[in-house]
This record gives sequence, C-alpha cells and structure tokens, in this order.
Amino acid sequence: MADLPKPPSIAVIFGIFFRIGAFSFGGGLSGWVYREIVILRGWLDEDEFMSGLAVSQVLPGANIINLSVYVGQKLRGGLGACAAFFGLICAPFFVVIGIASIYGTLRELSFAEAAMDGIAAAAIGMILIVAGRGIRRASHRPEALIALFVTFVAVGLLHYSLLLVVAIVAPLSVLAAWYRGATREE
Amino acid sequence: MKNESVLLALIAVFVPYSLVSIGGAPSVFAGIQHQAVDVHHWITAREFVDMFAISRAAPGPGSLLATLIGWQVWGWSGAVIATLAFYVPSSLLCYGVAYVWRRHRGKRWHTALEQGLAPVGIGLVLAGIIALFRVSGGGVLSWLLAFGSAGLMTWRPKLHPLLVFAIGGAIFVALHAMNWDRLV
Repeated sequence: MADLPKPPSIAVIFGIFFRIGAFSFGGGLSGWVYREIVILRGWLDEDEFMSGLAVSQVLPGANIINLSVYVGQKLRGGLGACAAFFGLICAPFFVVIGIASIYGTLRELSFAEAAMDGIAAAAIGMILIVAGRGIRRASHRPEALIALFVTFVAVGLLHYSLLLVVAIVAPLSVLAAWYRGATREE
Repeated sequence: MKNESVLLALIAVFVPYSLVSIGGAPSVFAGIQHQAVDVHHWITAREFVDMFAISRAAPGPGSLLATLIGWQVWGWSGAVIATLAFYVPSSLLCYGVAYVWRRHRGKRWHTALEQGLAPVGIGLVLAGIIALFRVSGGGVLSWLLAFGSAGLMTWRPKLHPLLVFAIGGAIFVALHAMNWDRLV
C-alpha cells in the first residue's frame, strides 16, 4: 500500500461505500464499486478490480460484501476493510428493517400478500439472470456443466446437505479444471 | 424463550451458513429457511417469503434476510447479532484470502480454483431458487413472473429493478383482485 500516492482516509472509504449501499436498489453493486473506485478515483486498476471480483465470487459470503472488504483492505488494510464493510451494510440494515416494520402494519390488507408474492417472484428473476450467465459460462466446459448440474440436483431436488455436496463436488470440479489446463477465458 | 440462548442460537445458525455460502448468500437460503422455519420455529414459511421479498427490494447486498430474521426473533439486538454472524465470518475469510490471491493471479492453480468453484456456486444458486419457489404461494404464476422479469431486465438492462419489482407486485395484486390467482 506504500506505493499508493494518496491513500484515502477511513472516513472517505466509509462515505463512498455508505453511498453505494444506500442507493443501489436491486443489485448491480459491483458496477457501482467499479465506477466509484476504478473509474472515478483510480484507486484500483482494472486487473486488481477484476481479480478481486473473482475472489469475492469464489469465496463464501455475499459477493458484494466480499468485494468491499477486498477493496477496503487494498486501500487501507484492516481499518479500510472495516470501513468499507460497515459503510456498505449501514444504510441497507436500517432500510430493510424500516420496510419490514411498515409491512407488518400493512399485512392485514388483503392485497399485501399478493403484492409481496409478485415482488418476490420478480426479485427471483434477478437471481435467474445471474444463474443464466453462470450456465452460459459453464456451457463452454463439459466438466463445469456436470459440476453445476450435480450440485443443483443434489441440493435443490434431492435435498442432500449443502456442506456435504460442496465438500465432494468442489474439489473434483477444481481438479477437473486443473487437468483441463485451466486456460484463462476473458 | 426470549433470552441469551436465542442470540446464541442465531449465531449458531448464521455463522456456519456464512462460511458455506459459496456463490453468494442465495445459495444458503434453502438451509436458512429450514433452520428458521422448521428447526427453530422463529418464523413461518409465509414470513420467510415476505422477508425474502423485502430484502430483495431494499438497497444493498440483497441478502439482509439474516437481519430480518434476527429482528423478528429479538428486535434490534437480534438484528445486529444475526447480521454480524452472517457477514463477518465470510468477510474475515475474504480478508485473509485476498492477500494470497492477489499475489498469485495468473498462476495455474489460481485459475483452476476459480473455474472449478464457479459452476458449483451457480448450481447452489439454482437450488436456492427452487427452494424459494417451493415456499412462495404463486405456483405457475410465480414462475411466469420470475422468467418475465428476468427477460425484461435482460432485454432492458438499464431498467431500474425496483420498477420491475413494482410491476410484479401490481400484476399479482390485479390478478388477486380478479380472483385469477386461484385458477392456476
């Protein structure tokens, strides 16, 4: 981190991630982080950001929180990671509870349940998009497609323990990618 | 059973899921649902679906389901405990791995790890979607709306997701008002 010309202050990091968390309704947060950190401020270069994006997706946890931790750590170490983490979840934490408390009083209305069902289904659509992208990426490599399918069937349809399935499928999948030569596709 | 043991139970449920949520938080929604609804009886299946919808409609990581479950179980302390229990362990792991990861970018094992874990994550996301549909009441209509919203947002990527959510809610309210939601 010593090579950075002007490391941003902890307060600035917190402020930026607070704004990203507060305004990013409905996802697309990695796009926000990219814009604020790479394009507008140049604090990370493209490669650093993309590799951070890969790490945040491979590791367990919410992708965007992992990405924030990664960026915060890169900028100001442990304190930077804390600032990014708490900055990001601060506003959504209160907003989500606020919506939930309003919803509690609205629950008696007969259409509230239908409305929430509709919103939930539309929201599932957003996850479908992510899944669709993942399937398209995996479709270039047969072993990836098999790993995807086995994981889905074992956990989603046969209800095997998630932990057990990941413990068995993940190493095999990584091994297959290794033997395939693991060429970068970008 | 509103005492410290509930807070401990929240931690005991969310910390492990934090560490296995490969592919993002949706991959463990099915497991969280099972724990919160069937095992601990903190919330009903109906409340779980509501909380999912609320957490997706709010800004931020879109997975503040843990926050809502904690809030339901024991107010503000429950919300804080559940949020930290679900996000901190994975963040600590990410913090540690990020050092190593950056230094080995481009190496063969690095790429193999990345490419090997990605499809597993997607498989888990798909399993999570199945679990969500199982608990939400809409049946075929829910599927149609989900694919419709996915199609709409793919076709018009700049369309604000909140607008799509509002349209989805409005469609279901309209169907409800016409009693059509009982026909499917």
